[in-house]
Amino acid sequence: MKTAIPAPLLLIVAVLSLSSCETMQSAADIATVIGQSTGTITQSQAESIRKTTKAVARSAEEFTPEQEYYIGRTVGAVVLTKYRAYDNSRANAYTNVLGQTLAQASDLPSTFGGYHFLILDSDEINAFATPSGLVFVTRGLLRCCRSEDALAAVLAHEVGHVQLRHGMQAIEKARVTEALTTIAAESAKTLGSREVAELTRTFEGAITDITNTMINKGYARSQEYEADHAALTILKRVGYDPGGLTEMLTVMKRNLKPGGVDFAKTHPSPDDRIVRIRAGSADAAAVRPPASRQARFQQAMERI
Amino acid sequence: MQRFFKVLAAACCFLMLAGQAGSADTGKTLSVQVKEGQMRSTPSFLGALVAKPSYGDRVVVVEDRGAWKKVSARGVQGWMHTSSLTTKNIVLKAGAANVQTSATGGEIALAGKGFSEEVEKQYKNQNRNVDFTWVDRMERFRVSPEEMQAFLKQGQVVPAEGGAR
Repeated sequence: MKTAIPAPLLLIVAVLSLSSCETMQSAADIATVIGQSTGTITQSQAESIRKTTKAVARSAEEFTPEQEYYIGRTVGAVVLTKYRAYDNSRANAYTNVLGQTLAQASDLPSTFGGYHFLILDSDEINAFATPSGLVFVTRGLLRCCRSEDALAAVLAHEVGHVQLRHGMQAIEKARVTEALTTIAAESAKTLGSREVAELTRTFEGAITDITNTMINKGYARSQEYEADHAALTILKRVGYDPGGLTEMLTVMKRNLKPGGVDFAKTHPSPDDRIVRIRAGSADAAAVRPPASRQARFQQAMERI
Repeated sequence: MQRFFKVLAAACCFLMLAGQAGSADTGKTLSVQVKEGQMRSTPSFLGALVAKPSYGDRVVVVEDRGAWKKVSARGVQGWMHTSSLTTKNIVLKAGAANVQTSATGGEIALAGKGFSEEVEKQYKNQNRNVDFTWVDRMERFRVSPEEMQAFLKQGQVVPAEGGAR
């Protein structure tokens, strides 16, 4: 019996492995039809390829904003099992006015439940942004900010992660497909307890994928640079000095402890980030905010 | 060759994302896909709020300007950002008579389905150590457009033209 894989089959597999886009499905359909008509693949092989294509062609973008919101809420709650909230209403209120204003100028101003910010009571230099816009920053990271423009850069970077859906992209591909398939199957009828249990298991898996990436492994370096780039755009649109990002990174470089489990582990070094930012021609001159802006920043961050 | 496929893949992903922001949506009916929509007087993140359409509300596009659509709903007109709109018809109550026949492809989205309040409840039951108190408190940190305007003015922050695209 011949065991070699026919060339058209390889071509189809190659096409499928390159993308999860819907359009790829039609490309694969055409290739499958050709394979079948030339007799290089059988009817049953063709059927199974069509099924696989359907399963492959699902991406995290297919989750509705409402579903993304529920994922984000739970990711946020898991972050809060590892870090304590910093219960300082003045600092949190200030961070929210600034952060929510920046988010409005992003390319994703509207998420299902909106953007909300919270300071974490930790000396680590760390920040997390969940899908749909819950943003957490540690006191340690706030101490790297010498001005409102620098704090705006920190918050805009996190908004960038939300806008670019980096959290959702951390969900394993197989799990995305599994979830979307289950959701599609149950969409026309009321959920039974078995389906809810099944969906909850997939949900838990997705939460673990995201929190593992966000808290332990860190996003890809390229994603961090993308978030920096998004931050610069947001800062310019709102009217903050993009140099605030460089200013913050310069202080962060001094404050980071080698071997730390925070940004020292999960982010590219401040130096590497500064080099990339300068390549994007951000102003490297010292940030000079007006006195009224600097005064309110210092007041809000007094006890940080 | 691989580069070609990468470009093709990127292009089609872009088109998928832009599906919510097609440039020729004038005359189309779209649905609000966020809890509380923001209809503004100008196509800018600084535009004053004229209405807050709810999740699932239908709006008709009367003008199209990049990421902003001028829409009309219940006799009110204003600008909404495309990130708050979808071409899908959002059905708030599952089990409606037309759901069975129209639920093909991506034309319809059922609110409260999939990862939903029900799944969160089940998750909470199984993970009693995960406390949502602060997440709920965070969601109550809300800032109005007027507060944002006043904040920018007080800090002498002068926005660039255009805003969110």
